[in-house]
Amino acid sequence: MKYIDEYRNPDLARGLLKKIENTATKPWAIMEICGGQTHSILRNGIDQLLPSNIQLVHGPGCPVCVTPLETIDRALAIAAMPETILVSFGDMLRVPGSGKDLFMARSEGADVRIVFSPLEALQIARDNPEKEVVFLAVGFETTAPANAMAVHQAAREGLGNFCELVSQVMVPPAMRAILSSPDNRVHGFLAAGHVCAIMGWKEYEPVAEEFGVPIVPAGFEPVDLLDAILKTVELLEAGKSGVLNAYGRVVSREGNPQARKVMNQVFEVADRPWRGIGVIPASGLVLREQYACFDAEKRFDVGHISPHESPLCRSGEVLQGYLKPSDCPAFGKECTPQTPLGATMVSSEGACAAYYRYHRNPEKQCN
Amino acid sequence: MQLSCPSPILQHETVQMAHGAGGRLSQELTARVFMPHLNNPVLDQLDDQARFDAEPGRIAFTTDTYVVTPVFFPGGNIGDLAVNGTVNDLAVGGAMPRYLSAGFVLEEGLPLVDLERIVRSMAEAARKSGVVIACGDTKVVQKGQCDRIFINTSGVGFIPPGRDVSCRNLLSGDAVLLSGTIGDHGMAILTTREGLSFQSRIQSDSAALNGMIADVLQAAPNLHAMRDPTRGGVAATLNELAASSSVGIELDEGALPVREEVRGAAELLGIDPLTVANEGKVLLVVPAAEADAALVVLRAHEHGSEAAIIGEVVDEHPGMVVIRTSLGSRRILDMPLGEQLPRIC
Repeated sequence: MKYIDEYRNPDLARGLLKKIENTATKPWAIMEICGGQTHSILRNGIDQLLPSNIQLVHGPGCPVCVTPLETIDRALAIAAMPETILVSFGDMLRVPGSGKDLFMARSEGADVRIVFSPLEALQIARDNPEKEVVFLAVGFETTAPANAMAVHQAAREGLGNFCELVSQVMVPPAMRAILSSPDNRVHGFLAAGHVCAIMGWKEYEPVAEEFGVPIVPAGFEPVDLLDAILKTVELLEAGKSGVLNAYGRVVSREGNPQARKVMNQVFEVADRPWRGIGVIPASGLVLREQYACFDAEKRFDVGHISPHESPLCRSGEVLQGYLKPSDCPAFGKECTPQTPLGATMVSSEGACAAYYRYHRNPEKQCN
Repeated sequence: MQLSCPSPILQHETVQMAHGAGGRLSQELTARVFMPHLNNPVLDQLDDQARFDAEPGRIAFTTDTYVVTPVFFPGGNIGDLAVNGTVNDLAVGGAMPRYLSAGFVLEEGLPLVDLERIVRSMAEAARKSGVVIACGDTKVVQKGQCDRIFINTSGVGFIPPGRDVSCRNLLSGDAVLLSGTIGDHGMAILTTREGLSFQSRIQSDSAALNGMIADVLQAAPNLHAMRDPTRGGVAATLNELAASSSVGIELDEGALPVREEVRGAAELLGIDPLTVANEGKVLLVVPAAEADAALVVLRAHEHGSEAAIIGEVVDEHPGMVVIRTSLGSRRILDMPLGEQLPRIC
């Protein structure tokens, strides 16, 4: 498969590993922001192959994981209303709310549907004019343009039975929050390739400068990741900060201006709570005033929501890189993919799910 | 003036509630749709039960219900799937499949041409695999109470004396073989069902494997276990085998056969082909000494041309399947959780 196989080439990967080993003289902690990258790292066992002085720290870039519990509870409440169809990306359905998840809501009779694109949700709205179609619009800068486009399109068509329950977040404010923390232990970042494809890497330049860290936009295949790790280590060893792109076939400095245009037209920046982490200033996107009629939060009165998190779940620490999933006391015991306490154990991009899936008890089974 | 009662319309285009009521329309359905295709000396008796002679050895008995949607998919339909699936369930136990029952639940309004096409496929699949559809039943439910058509098939086969093929027989050192490419059926269904906007050439691998399996058993008479990796795919089946025999299984990532187009669709949807259903593949666990002989026989067969030795049974990590990646690292191949969820970005 072109553009995939060459980036999984074992010889290239081994060459890069050798270079990393020869370059790294000190211990470095590198955070990969994106949950997709976390899964690729664990799936390919890259963490096992790296020299022991290079530690990968898993970041908050899992949209499902950081969606506040309050939003999930609100989605459940809306889904339970008889006249609604709740439409979502598949990953959201198994995320536990305070009481249940959307799969359970579906089994109780709610009309909950999975789509691959928000534009499919628009089609559902066109096909079901007697129903209110609510799209659960979560994600980082990658999903924001398409989610914005759905609202833009609905407004243009006058599709009054479509709206979005929005929980959009952005990467740079989260990086700033991590770097500003007194407990921070991250020396450099692999930036999320798909986010950078939209936003361009220029928006990371001020972060790199302000905090004096290297930031390397990275892809998702083993060779992509190892190349990005090597570049980060080279910058760290040379005492340099700045942005160095390691995903040139997808990411440019400018990103995708058309995508950002529709995003900015429909959404505006706002403070946003992140599940497990708390409110990060100016880290989210909300619908602009002229699109308020497409805001599910405003359209549906679901009464007071008082979310209840499991006291055992430490996903907030996992998402900020303070705790490895396997070091959480509940990991693999009270908390498994069948009985998840937090979203990080559910999502296909969640770090806890990745550890459970690929590296459960690795010292016993995998070495 | 002469009065006359209107006679019932017999030549319906779609399934009616009365087709399942046991009366004249039921007879018409049997005569018009089922019997022309399925007739054989056992079924032709039209008794309430099928009667046949037993063969030496033990009897194998299995049942499965087919609810696939869409009913027609690239490479097959619910009819041949219902025959092949049950034939394979018998064959992987070392049995020679002989007789099948067929129970139909039809939704009112199902076009009779669709039903006939399905029944014709069942007849063709039964003929190819050498089994007899020996008895059957039809029920009709109101529109909305089932999705077009559900089929249950149960099957009877005979296991020759002395043969012992079981998922509890795995031993450390055994070779693990797979008869061909992974995930073809599930991806064919998924790419059709999800209405994705890419053109897929993926065909279901739906096929009866009893002929091939019989040949393998000749070449590898000490074969330990076989399973067809249907729902949950190779990942689920290997985990079940490892757990049943309390052994570990190790796979070589590079040895796993996956079609390019399946790999492409799986990449796009964020799904691991190892967790995707197959309907014409068999996993075989054989003593290392018989592995090459089994592989030669598999590859000579039309349903096994891409067969491969994909791994081996080990003493370590009992109950667990581990993949050795092309990069030289190792990861767990876990039991899939349930519904396949596409990734969101």
